[in-house]
Amino acid sequence: MAATTLTARVNGADRPLPADARRTLLDWLREDLGLTGTKKGCDHGQCGACTVIVDGRRINSCLSLAHLHEGDTIETIESIGTADALAPLQKAFVAHDGFQCGYCTPGQICSAKAMMQEFAEGWASAVSEDVAARPEFSTDELRERMSGNLCRCGAYSNIIAAIEEVMATQAQPGRAGA
Amino acid sequence: MALPLADLYNTPDERNLLDTMKQGVIGKPLDRPEGPLKVSGTATYSAEWKRSDCAEGFLVLADIAQGTVKAIHADKVLAMPGVVAVLSDEAMIRRSTQGTAGEAPAQDVHTVDYFGQPVALVVAETFEQAREAAQALEIEYDAAAEPVPLDPQSPDAKIEEPSDSKPVKGGDLDKAMREADYAIDVEYDTPGHASAAMEPHATIAEWDGDRLTLRGSYQMLAFNVKEMADCLSISPKHVRILAPYVGGGFGSKLGITHEAVAAAIASKQLDRPVRVVMTRQQVFQTVMRRSETRQRVRLAADAAGKLVGLGHEARVSNLPDEDFAEPVTQATEFLYGGENRLLKVEVARISRMTAGSVRAPGEAVGMQVLEAAMDELAQKIGMDPIELRKRNLPVKVPVEGTPYSSRKLVEALEQGAESFGWDKCKTEPCQTRNGDWWIGMGVASAARVNVMIPAKARVTLKADGTALVETDQTDIGTGSYAILGQIAGEMLGLPMDKVDVVLGDSELPPGAGSGGSFGAISTGSAVMRACEAIRDKLAKAMGCKAEELELQDGSARHGDARQSLGELTGGKDIVEVGSIKPGKTFKDYSQASYGAFFAEVGVHAFTGEVRVRRMTGAFGFGRVLNAKTARSQCLGGMVWGIGSALTEELAFDVRDGHLVNHDLAEYHVPVHADVPALEVILLEERDAAASPLQAKGVGELGICGAAGAVANAVYNACGVRVRSFPLTLDKIIPHLPDPFASPA
Amino acid sequence: MKPFVLDHADSPDAALAALDAGATAIAGGTNLVDLMKLELATPEKLVSIRRTGLDEISADGDGLMIGALVSNADCAAHRRVREGWPLLAKAILAGASPQLRNRATTGGNLCQRTRCGYFYDSTQACNKREPGSGCAAREGFNRIHAVLGTSDQCIATYPGDMAVAMLALDAVVMTEGPYGPRRIPLAMFHRMPGDEPSRDNVLEAGELITAVRLPAPTGGVQVYRKVRDRASYAFALVSVAVDLAMEEGRIARCALAFGSLGTVPWRDRAVENVLIGEKPTPALFAQAAEVLLKDAQGFGENDFKIPLAARALAATLHEATQTGKA
Repeated sequence: MAATTLTARVNGADRPLPADARRTLLDWLREDLGLTGTKKGCDHGQCGACTVIVDGRRINSCLSLAHLHEGDTIETIESIGTADALAPLQKAFVAHDGFQCGYCTPGQICSAKAMMQEFAEGWASAVSEDVAARPEFSTDELRERMSGNLCRCGAYSNIIAAIEEVMATQAQPGRAGA
Repeated sequence: MALPLADLYNTPDERNLLDTMKQGVIGKPLDRPEGPLKVSGTATYSAEWKRSDCAEGFLVLADIAQGTVKAIHADKVLAMPGVVAVLSDEAMIRRSTQGTAGEAPAQDVHTVDYFGQPVALVVAETFEQAREAAQALEIEYDAAAEPVPLDPQSPDAKIEEPSDSKPVKGGDLDKAMREADYAIDVEYDTPGHASAAMEPHATIAEWDGDRLTLRGSYQMLAFNVKEMADCLSISPKHVRILAPYVGGGFGSKLGITHEAVAAAIASKQLDRPVRVVMTRQQVFQTVMRRSETRQRVRLAADAAGKLVGLGHEARVSNLPDEDFAEPVTQATEFLYGGENRLLKVEVARISRMTAGSVRAPGEAVGMQVLEAAMDELAQKIGMDPIELRKRNLPVKVPVEGTPYSSRKLVEALEQGAESFGWDKCKTEPCQTRNGDWWIGMGVASAARVNVMIPAKARVTLKADGTALVETDQTDIGTGSYAILGQIAGEMLGLPMDKVDVVLGDSELPPGAGSGGSFGAISTGSAVMRACEAIRDKLAKAMGCKAEELELQDGSARHGDARQSLGELTGGKDIVEVGSIKPGKTFKDYSQASYGAFFAEVGVHAFTGEVRVRRMTGAFGFGRVLNAKTARSQCLGGMVWGIGSALTEELAFDVRDGHLVNHDLAEYHVPVHADVPALEVILLEERDAAASPLQAKGVGELGICGAAGAVANAVYNACGVRVRSFPLTLDKIIPHLPDPFASPA
Repeated sequence: MKPFVLDHADSPDAALAALDAGATAIAGGTNLVDLMKLELATPEKLVSIRRTGLDEISADGDGLMIGALVSNADCAAHRRVREGWPLLAKAILAGASPQLRNRATTGGNLCQRTRCGYFYDSTQACNKREPGSGCAAREGFNRIHAVLGTSDQCIATYPGDMAVAMLALDAVVMTEGPYGPRRIPLAMFHRMPGDEPSRDNVLEAGELITAVRLPAPTGGVQVYRKVRDRASYAFALVSVAVDLAMEEGRIARCALAFGSLGTVPWRDRAVENVLIGEKPTPALFAQAAEVLLKDAQGFGENDFKIPLAARALAATLHEATQTGKA
């Protein structure tokens, strides 16, 4: 069978989707595109290590077939910042020791990046006092919103500290409604 | 090979060298040097090495608990697209390998020892093809003629004494219990636990002639090489393992596991690289579990709250013939007094996946129960639980009579109490209600034995004035890269950007590996000794004694003389291998890390849900080598404590022996929302008996007793004493006070 | 995972044609791909309905029409949902994780299959997965299983949160199919196992959920209480959805639904009738629980759900009636 000409845009470049329709978005990124920064921790949507950002939203790449992403825009950890030029979130993770073994870390960072956007858009969470109102910032809000990313090393406190620092730095008055 | 005698750590090194150095990097909360790679997704883990023409293997697990493989219908599967082999080799391993085994575990997968044991490997061109074929593989079994029980509480289970430990007996415990002013005799259960490291076990195997290279996820490379060589009946010299980054271990990667041997055999047979990655479900079903325990604790105290008797007896389980028995009473031996004592572990032989080391084997579950029982005693006496603990710290280890090397338990209890605000703890339960939540506080001691493992490391002071540290030591998230570099930087007077650390290659000098909290003190001591040897040479070149030599920022000073390290090397690299081996200090002194936990919990007055609101841990583990990574180790341990207290439990179906909750959806490790603000206090301590670094182990201390503090806080909150971990709401609601009633 | 053919439908009609030809619809895939990996679902043909345009939320008279492909996250974030039907937003936000909610869809979530560990394990007997093979859960580890609506054949729960809120809100499932459109009240959508546990709901072969319609906002006090082992990212042990209004210190109107208690999202009008017109008291709540649980049957490990449901109901009613007074 001729290779499919269907593509998805990954980290700014159009990439051909895989031949095997069974291939998940996660396996396509890792195996075909060599983007192994996205991790496979459970392959069943139970750990968050495979979190990537598709069309601006974080998802578990393990539970999605690559072929369902034709034309989508996909961002992985590799697009957020490189080891030589870390993004603010990545720098904060290093400074706060927001990881130990490092395996859940790319997922945590991708998740945090998209979470900050969700927060900026005024999304509520399960711990928001009033679901109809714009949520107030709190550490409990962050914990709830990051709960789709497991860390077995138990770096949670440091992860939250890193994200809080970046959110505090980036918070600007009048940002509401962004 | 015997190590030279000088390597043995026989007398405490009181020189305290690290405190006399000038660089000032030791102990500092420096960032991990590998951090930028990890946060950018460019650190390469086991399954991520690109090897050309690599085939994909997928394990097939037994769906019976005990029996023999009668037939494997491979033909149908071999005809499927992309399938290149179906293996069920006699050399494949039945059980995962115990830590520090250094030899093959039970082999030959045609015998099935437990439900979920790997029995075959299917290899195909792609992962999807291999998975489909593995799912299609039909296997017939003959049931075992004489199966062992599936339930550790079965009356038919054979009970044995552990092969490597004897009961501790002293005086007459029964009499002490009868005559005591206060006596507690309670039975607690703890369930099995899974390590659940985030990176599933994975190996890429490839051969070059008769030489095998494994890229995988392992904790102790020097042992793993021997284990693999023994499995394949080849020379250890022909096995190389690369594991520069390991996505968590917690005991589950101490010894080689099924996928590694299967990959090696398949690669040999197919003459191409083969990768085998376990699925999360397979990891749960096949690698190490922590044994469930049933523990009886007896505490006999006099009128002043001094222990006169202490009993701690545990039943654990394992497969027949396994030496490992969860050493539940390990810390009980030295923690508290009570001359009349009986400490004992027994093993029920059952059919479940291998029981072995899971983070802090022994203390993780032994301490949480002992500390809950101590709280029961304090409540019975009507004594502050901190005071009870302080009154019962012996001068020497009971029965054995050995002195303590260093013990910061009192300081941990006192400083932790002050920082936490323990004085606000109500002595009676059900005193504080915040909306729908009962609020309570609990305390527990922390203790974990200090262990050293023989270790070597090579340090090169290069002619350009930079240093290179090399050892096969792994960094499983523990901070090995950071602390080994800091030790070398401190000893050689180099800033961290002049020190490179290379780890995780079995061709490098054998470090201790990661496990038992021994990696830092063992391999770190080897690095320090290599640096001492380099300092001797530099001193000689400088024309002074080593202790007179000051090294800082790449310069050497003696009196007014000053030279750069580059000059001193004379243009030649100085290469030294440091070595250390546990010696007499480990017999002469009782060595352990200590601490204290303080927890505040809320118990929902209606639903019995327990949530930890805040937690403080104060810890003394000798010198802190890196305050940032050490704190992280403690935090991680406390998170494990929360999981052990509230949510984690392996649930087996005792009808067929299968693990029901074999995934991360139903085996509940804590998530972000379960973990509140955690405070860690690191106490200043130097322990010369423990290591020349004056440091002790820290990697597991944070879990050892933590769940006890949570359980005690639950009692303090709502008056419900649950003697079965985890404290899930179903065990709490039958005993809760009327939710509509006002607080007492 | 078995191989399959994947087609993409660009309209509801194209999707229906594909379904008619035996394809299985895939939207977010968060449940279906999970099941396919374990070969618990083995469709030969898949049709992606992601591009069928059914991803709008729109006003429908006083009510709201939520397209079948609206993601759980978008539904919970929608201004009108949050203001008019906060119960739905709360229930959705209590479920799964943010990543899963971003991908999971309204229609897909209604069809989510059970989390029964025996259903999820092909080595075990399960009538839902393999009719006639038996139910290993009845005498097995059944901590998360149902105590209401069970049968000899199956005791598995519907595990979701969203549908529980929709049930309390009198939602209607809109479908298209070979026999034309249907409006299925949510209370009629999920099937109790009976002697055919393999069918979770009343959808016919070839039928497609196009939307869920919510009737006009009630303006009531709306509370969703989810009781679970972990603080987040865990399925409910029991959940309670309530929408009530107080008048002069009495419960004037009350809708109640329960999750993970029965085999289907559970609503019992008799429980509501106990409450309506009465002053909220602990005794009244207990009376309501007694009616709710009169036929409840535990299977060992899940016995605790019976007292837990009574307690969760009391807590929820206590909270809602206190709020309602204010």
